[in-house]
Amino acid sequence: MTALQHVKSHAHYTVQLPRSDDFAFWRESARALIQCDIPPDKVAWVEPGGSGDLFASGGMRLPEPPADAPPVRASKRYLSLAANAALHRDPARFALLYRLLWRLQANPRLMEDKADPDVRRVEELDKNVRRDSHKMHAFVRFRQVEEADGAEHYVAWFEPEHHILRANAGFFQRRFASMRWSILTPQGTLHWDRETMREGPPAQKADAPQGDPVEDLWRTYYASIFNPARLKVGAMLSEMPRKYWKNLPEAELIPELIAGAQKRESEMVAAGERDDGVRPESLAAIGEAIQACRKCPIGCLENRAVMGEGPSDATLMIVGEQPGDHEDQERRPFVGPAGQLLDVHLERAGIDRDAAYVTNAVKHFKFTMRGKRRLHQSPTAKEIDTCRWWIEGERELVRPKLVLAMGASAARGMLGKTVSISKVRGEPIPLDDGSELWVTAHPSYLLRLDGEAREKQAALFDADLAAVRERLAELAGQ
Amino acid sequence: MGVAPILDRLKILADAAKYDASCASSGTAKRNSTKGGIGSTEGMGICHAYAPDGRCISLLKILLTNHCIFDCHYCINRKSSNVQRARFTPQEVADLTISFYRRNYIEGLFLSSGIIKSSDHTMEMIVEAARILREEYDFRGYIHLKTIPEADPEIIHRAGFYADRVSINVELPTDAGLTRLAPDKNARQIEGALGKTSSDIIEAKDAKKRFKHAPRFAPAGQSTQMIIGADAASDADIVGRASRLYDSFGLRRVYYSAFSPIPDASAVLPLKRPPLIREHRLYQSDWLMRFYDYRPQEIMQATEADGNLPLDIDPKLAWALKFRERFPVDVNRASREDLRRVPGLGVKAVHRILASRRHRTLRLDDVARLTVSLTKVRPFICTVDWRPTMLTDRADLRKLLAPKQEQLELFAA
Ligand code: SF4
Repeated sequence: MTALQHVKSHAHYTVQLPRSDDFAFWRESARALIQCDIPPDKVAWVEPGGSGDLFASGGMRLPEPPADAPPVRASKRYLSLAANAALHRDPARFALLYRLLWRLQANPRLMEDKADPDVRRVEELDKNVRRDSHKMHAFVRFRQVEEADGAEHYVAWFEPEHHILRANAGFFQRRFASMRWSILTPQGTLHWDRETMREGPPAQKADAPQGDPVEDLWRTYYASIFNPARLKVGAMLSEMPRKYWKNLPEAELIPELIAGAQKRESEMVAAGERDDGVRPESLAAIGEAIQACRKCPIGCLENRAVMGEGPSDATLMIVGEQPGDHEDQERRPFVGPAGQLLDVHLERAGIDRDAAYVTNAVKHFKFTMRGKRRLHQSPTAKEIDTCRWWIEGERELVRPKLVLAMGASAARGMLGKTVSISKVRGEPIPLDDGSELWVTAHPSYLLRLDGEAREKQAALFDADLAAVRERLAELAGQ
Repeated sequence: MGVAPILDRLKILADAAKYDASCASSGTAKRNSTKGGIGSTEGMGICHAYAPDGRCISLLKILLTNHCIFDCHYCINRKSSNVQRARFTPQEVADLTISFYRRNYIEGLFLSSGIIKSSDHTMEMIVEAARILREEYDFRGYIHLKTIPEADPEIIHRAGFYADRVSINVELPTDAGLTRLAPDKNARQIEGALGKTSSDIIEAKDAKKRFKHAPRFAPAGQSTQMIIGADAASDADIVGRASRLYDSFGLRRVYYSAFSPIPDASAVLPLKRPPLIREHRLYQSDWLMRFYDYRPQEIMQATEADGNLPLDIDPKLAWALKFRERFPVDVNRASREDLRRVPGLGVKAVHRILASRRHRTLRLDDVARLTVSLTKVRPFICTVDWRPTMLTDRADLRKLLAPKQEQLELFAA
């Protein structure tokens, strides 16, 4: 140890920083101290409001660095971390930065040693400050006030954790250049008048406006975009810690949203409620289960479910819309006038009804009462979709090679969408399970027509059936 | 008939948008308003709030309308659903975006829509909202437009000039699922639209290189979304589909949306608790492919007999347990690639290990300081003072490492 160093080691220095975030000043002082070879434990760094008497002997004036002092070296990584870490509120930050800078002179690659406690600490400070800045970008909420001159002024109240206000002025300036705005914080204030940035003294929350008409819309948005079926409060808290909540207008809704989530989710589920149990695995069991089905409003009418009938290994499945009055009474499909008409046409086409499995897209009879008569009503798309659960069960068990859907409702029961019969008739439509769907009109449609129109439609119907028969023969030959 | 107040419509049209998974507002061209207009795209996409579902709110995510002429079974807005309907005009959407933006609530707009009148008409309206924002308000913030694959490619193309990002949903992982659950949609048309947008993006980037004033076209690229758990697709199917989509269309992201129980659900759908953990595992595997160089085949290797990823452990651990012969990895010698395969070591931890080992030979307590959880890592590494004794052979290793029934994603409250 040289004599000079020995003398110096008795001296203590106190550096008084003009502002808590004055990194430039700190850097100049640190550079001079290093050049004078003053070790970290001899320097006290004091920011405004901090205590200055860390050393009993009191501080000394900073020495002048010798003219031939070697330049102070610092890696890029150090500099970028230090500039940010200096904004941390930890009073020990400047001492830490100086200690690291001191050590860097002997070991220029020190910053690469991620296991070193000083390196780790400065990285941590940097991270906290970056996070706080990021939260400031995110959580500043402007409220609009009308100035005396009629101009709009946007004012925000924000409580940063670290000394980040000045460092983030540029972000808001670049984003809201054309707005007149102010950000008020307990550490100081920023005012942008669309041309220049002005700094002001610390403010209080009461200085900021109390509300903004758009906040109601914002809260509405916040509450509506939340999906109660996905409650993940922990994930929210880790990104939006409670300490920020008090200045976020939407945060007042959070407790209520969480509390109501279970209820809202079960309402969501209940609104689409069905008994989603396992589908019965035999035709007989499905036949029983549909008697009890109340998945759609039709099941709640005065009626009885009608199950399909025919060989359980039929190649052809014929699907109608729903049971009518007769079918409901006899609990068999296609026994009423439409069924009789169907029989005539099937016979004419050479299709053996007894070899086919005949059923309906919807299992219960939908009607309204007109006096004592039950008047047929068409099922809605939703009712057909609901009942699809059952006919899919039948299809899975019977495994027909060809499905003949009669009428738009039956086609929807197979396809899940409404098709126009005139567009799709006469052509097979491949289904998922490898079978094919043929669509034609419903015989009850023919019953409602007269004269020429009826003849024309009957001919079309016959043509469709003939095509189906031909196709069945082909399939049988395969 | 009078039009409902904007507050009521916002409620309906934001509620209808809550099933959209994406909220990203990052990765676009840098802009600010110092030379006029309003807005900037500085910072890596800022989340302005978080909802109690843990998801970030970065954009005003709404539907232009929830009326729809289509009848997709997984969708709450389908024609045959009984939900309350509402619509905004493009002007209203633009005004709402600007008033939220001025108060620093959002980074911009994510606009989607049910289909009204026709696909073309709807797409025109979506583009119009973006046009008002860009041309009349000189808005420099972020715009994400959901495009409608059935619309005229010319109109979709225009969307790319106003938007930072466009997305076209593939909706379901398999074509069979799409045919069954979205009978009005067509897989080929969707892929066609993805392909067209992908080539538009490449073309515009190319032009930008050669002509300084060439217009920007969707600088944040395109993304897509598929619904998980509504059809029978396995995780292996989903990962395979996603990786093909990444490869063929240069997508920025594939989003997964766990099928939610929706009010007035179609009977064709399973009505189950949303498989949130499953969705989470898919995102984790996506992450492994994008940042850890796992190949899609490797993710598939980590699945179980039914083709699904295990729910109790993450896919990286699942893979490591299947390939135990690759471990332990020597932290003082192993390559970056091998270190990244260690369960519990993230990209950052690997970086720290590589940097530190140039200065010292790492011991187990050094590793403890450089990683989040030593317990997770320990069975798979060795250091100068540590070597796991046969731990990787233990049959109950999985049980030892699986988190203790901590169902974070399900009702953590
Ligand atoms: S019509 Fe079908 S869905 Fe409706 S109650 Fe009857 S069986 Fe159930």
